[in-house]
Amino acid sequence: MSWLIFALAFWAAAWGFNIWASHQGFARQRGWRLLIPGLFGVTLLVLWEGIVRGLEVPGVILPAPSAIWERIIDSLPVLWADFAQTILKGALSGYLIGCGAAFLTAILIDRSPFLQRGLLPVGNFVAALPIVGIAPILVMWFGFDWQSKAAVVVVMVFFPVLVNTVAGLAASERMQRDLMATWGASYWQGLFKLRLPAAMPFIFNGLKIATTLALIGAIVAEFFGSPIVGMGFRISTAVGQLSLDMVWAEIAVAALAGSAFYGLVAVIEKAVTFWHPSQRGRT
Amino acid sequence: MRSVLPVLTVLLAILVIWYAAAVRLNSAWTYDQAARAEAEVTFGEVVKDAMVQERPVLPAPHQVAAGLWDGFAGQAITSKKSLVYHGWVTLSATMVGFLIGTLGGILLAVGIVHNKAMDLSVMPWAIASQTIPILAIAPMVIVVLASVGVTGLLPKAVISAYLSFFPVVVGMVKGLRSPDQMMLDQLRTYSASKGQTFWKLRLPASVPYLFTSLKVSVAASLVGAIVGELPAGASAGLGARLLSGSYYGQTIQIWSALFAAALLAAGLVMIVGMIERRTLVRMGMRT
Repeated sequence: MSWLIFALAFWAAAWGFNIWASHQGFARQRGWRLLIPGLFGVTLLVLWEGIVRGLEVPGVILPAPSAIWERIIDSLPVLWADFAQTILKGALSGYLIGCGAAFLTAILIDRSPFLQRGLLPVGNFVAALPIVGIAPILVMWFGFDWQSKAAVVVVMVFFPVLVNTVAGLAASERMQRDLMATWGASYWQGLFKLRLPAAMPFIFNGLKIATTLALIGAIVAEFFGSPIVGMGFRISTAVGQLSLDMVWAEIAVAALAGSAFYGLVAVIEKAVTFWHPSQRGRT
Repeated sequence: MRSVLPVLTVLLAILVIWYAAAVRLNSAWTYDQAARAEAEVTFGEVVKDAMVQERPVLPAPHQVAAGLWDGFAGQAITSKKSLVYHGWVTLSATMVGFLIGTLGGILLAVGIVHNKAMDLSVMPWAIASQTIPILAIAPMVIVVLASVGVTGLLPKAVISAYLSFFPVVVGMVKGLRSPDQMMLDQLRTYSASKGQTFWKLRLPASVPYLFTSLKVSVAASLVGAIVGELPAGASAGLGARLLSGSYYGQTIQIWSALFAAALLAAGLVMIVGMIERRTLVRMGMRT
């Protein structure tokens, strides 16, 4: 019981602090903008731990954060193997192939308005479909190993990147294109010096959406069959054995990997589109 | 309307490629059979066989169409083979989850906009959560809820709600903040209360943003419901249909379930789009 009271008291104190801090002038500073949500996250963890211990929730329903942490430390090699199998092999290779293919397709259809008018509605339509559903088919075609997961990821990331790239290539203004024409720029010069740089914010928007899709595709595809390693495999078997601390450990890894992947793309975006208003003045 | 011809061309191209791929992929089996029977097959026979195999590697489009037609119209809708039955199971979980997630998302967004502490503490997490493959928790939610006695529609709806929740939060916060300083100042000169500002300015201004995120989140809810049907134990729903098809190598069944899910998703997004258009026209935001 004392755990519960402690957790609730901690929660009240932290929330009170956050209310106070967020009304101060210095809350706009960078450090505080990180500290306040950080404290909120810690509060959630303390509340979770306190409720699990205080109400003695069995581990097969909700393991405490401390138990999950212990499990993460204990099974680092397993988690690393799963991470390498699912994220590095499955998701990353699929992401590179899918985004590359979408980018090249967008460049190819760039010169044909006819194809663009045809492919864009289809691409938009497909982007809204539950594409993860093709996972069982691709697992059947490419086998249980990471190749089939990469294939699922390729299909999942292709359309969002394609649609965004095509939209981006249309983003430069008439006046800018005319200026290129007055300089006698060829199609390729216009593409590389004006339209591709102008398209970058859009392309990176698609690439960022695709990071999450890539992880989802790689993990869910493993639910349909996988070798005995991989995050999706580990999650589904650990759920079957009711060792939920392992499931949460994998979810923690997935969350970290997802944020890191997204962060990496965002960092590259910042370096490439430093000129864009949304990036200027943010250091 | 001028894009009808290009779209049809692209669709036709897809169909042609699909048929060609079906012949290419299914021919291996035919050649194998012929080699065992020590018979020669002509290319014409291979093509003919590729169109009618019972468990093809890639079913030809007309086989999938036949499977879909059989699933929708060929069975009593209560039958376990009927796609209407499975589709309904998935759709009901999707809708319940979508409603819960949307309402929750709107409430949280209202809280975030009106409470500075909540804005600074919760909003970064709501944004960060979009980079996380949340779908991975689906099997656990199903099993844990089943172990405390909650089965059937609700666990799937929980996953759907979770997936549709964050897009709505992020979109709604953006929408509720979209009125600019000038409009807010105008309401101040009318000496409008905080509640009046909310109902008369912020909420109406957020509607276009809400619909944009609703289109994303309805598709996400459907994915959530389908993935929620994958873990062991689910016997009904499009996800279960996909899984059993992949266990027994019934490729036509997988493709039919997949297309049924696609039709469902397209239908849901279209319905939301229609409501969006009507609402915005009535609100005078679009003609």
